[in-house]
Amino acid sequence: MRRESGLKALLWAISMGVCALLVWIVADLVSRGTGPISLEFLMAAPRDAGRAGGIGSLLVSTFWIVAVATGVALPIGFFSAVLLAEDTHSRMSRAVRSCLDMLNAVPSIVFGLFGNALFCVALGMGYSILSGGLTLSCMILPILIRTMEQSLRAVPKEQRFAASALGLSDVTTLFRVLLPPASSGMAVGLILGVGRALSETAALIFTAGYVTRFPDNLLDSGRSLSVHIFDLAMNVPGADERAYASALVLVVILFVINSCVRLAARHFQARLAT
Amino acid sequence: MRTSLAIAPRTRQDRALGVVLRSSALLAASLIFLVLLFVVFEARGALATPGFGAFFTDPSWHPVDDGTGSEYGVLPMLAATLATTFGALLIATPLGIGAGVFNALVAPAPFALLHRSLVEILAGIPSVVYGLWGLVVLVPWIGGVSHSGQGLLAASIVLSLMLLPTITLSTEAALLAVPKEQLQAAAALGLGPIARARLVAVPAARRGIVAGLVLATGRAVGETMAVLMVAGNVVAWPRGLRDPLRTLTGNIALEMGYATESHRSALFVVGLVLMLCVALLVILAGLFGSGKNHSVSASGSAGR
Repeated sequence: MRRESGLKALLWAISMGVCALLVWIVADLVSRGTGPISLEFLMAAPRDAGRAGGIGSLLVSTFWIVAVATGVALPIGFFSAVLLAEDTHSRMSRAVRSCLDMLNAVPSIVFGLFGNALFCVALGMGYSILSGGLTLSCMILPILIRTMEQSLRAVPKEQRFAASALGLSDVTTLFRVLLPPASSGMAVGLILGVGRALSETAALIFTAGYVTRFPDNLLDSGRSLSVHIFDLAMNVPGADERAYASALVLVVILFVINSCVRLAARHFQARLAT
Repeated sequence: MRTSLAIAPRTRQDRALGVVLRSSALLAASLIFLVLLFVVFEARGALATPGFGAFFTDPSWHPVDDGTGSEYGVLPMLAATLATTFGALLIATPLGIGAGVFNALVAPAPFALLHRSLVEILAGIPSVVYGLWGLVVLVPWIGGVSHSGQGLLAASIVLSLMLLPTITLSTEAALLAVPKEQLQAAAALGLGPIARARLVAVPAARRGIVAGLVLATGRAVGETMAVLMVAGNVVAWPRGLRDPLRTLTGNIALEMGYATESHRSALFVVGLVLMLCVALLVILAGLFGSGKNHSVSASGSAGR
């Protein structure tokens, strides 16, 4: 009995420790990061290598990189997920699934190498928002497909039988019967992909590049917010405060996105239950 | 009887849908080969002239020829990758499994919910932010007056923070998948929550927990930013806890910006070595069986 309570106390201590750690990191981020944040900081481009100015141009670049990544990955991911969900046990689906598992395990820096070789050099896009976005689209594809497949498979078999009994065509079955109940689960996948793209740094350094100007078009190089944090912390002495402010903005954006995931997931489950 | 789409198409539109579905899936599946192909293709120069063996026999890493010849030894960096990974697992495994057990079996329900959301927030923080925290807060604290503080210890701690949510969430998911009847039977025998966890739930969930650990190991090997920012980045064999070192991932990130020709090609070989390490882990994970539920739970916020 004494051993029992000792172990219990240990588990409480561990989880309290984990909570305290999180509170420490977040408190540190807020206390050091809020100083420079103002409307001007959020709107202006960085000056003096990031020691002055803001992060406006980086937010624009980040937005476009993520938009390209999800815009390309979404259709491919959606149709692949439909195939995997509907044709679950075929040899092709199993092969596709193991390929995606392997892709999911590839380190992000290797995606950076790959994106640099394929998009920047072989396809001649150079360091650009387009190269960075396309690289990230390859990276987020596995998680996108996995979540979308699961949400489609969660739709009850009976609905498929009913659609089949009514003689509905595949196209109608997919878009009118399967998609509506699966849509919020699909949204979870999409938002997870966006979150992963936003947090990525290593794959972007040699694909999207370092340029801090406001981008004119997708072939301009554009620095993402995460790359900016890295650069300020490592290469610019005396810019810690601004690195922290940029990190705070990124974490807040990600927090909002993750809250959306949780809401969408709850909505999805409520929908399936009815 | 037809139970799924795209198997026995009825209309022309259905046939078109089948083609779209199959070609998308083929495209997605071919990406891994495309990645491999391009990395090997770009590495071909270095694979031809010093050869793949030289990367493991050369004593040090001097890829730029400054008159005395180039050297391509990656072993110190491979050792650094393994050392930081091992260090991070050493810290994160007991904490992560402990927190997962606590959450699934011991904690009162409202507290478990709160704790889980906190762990999910931890999982959602990008690696570059952990790196920043490590650089500004942790490194000066470890270094004191005499050292820079960048090195194995700092890298292991920052990396362990990133593995902690992965291990916690996958442990918890594995424990929650243990059939309720088994736990109820144990409770009927008079076992308390801790004994139930120790004697029934954890042994039953062992495979899932180990699969989560393997997943975390893969992450640790592949992580770039968090380690790069606190490891000190000197190419050296890992010796002391506070001596700087450089990992395989960090090496690519540091040198890719200015590398040309044979140097660039050598960095792609380093990428290949990295992929080999990760492939070994994927095979290992396959040996531990079902990879069904951990990838979503480990990605942080998929929600249940």
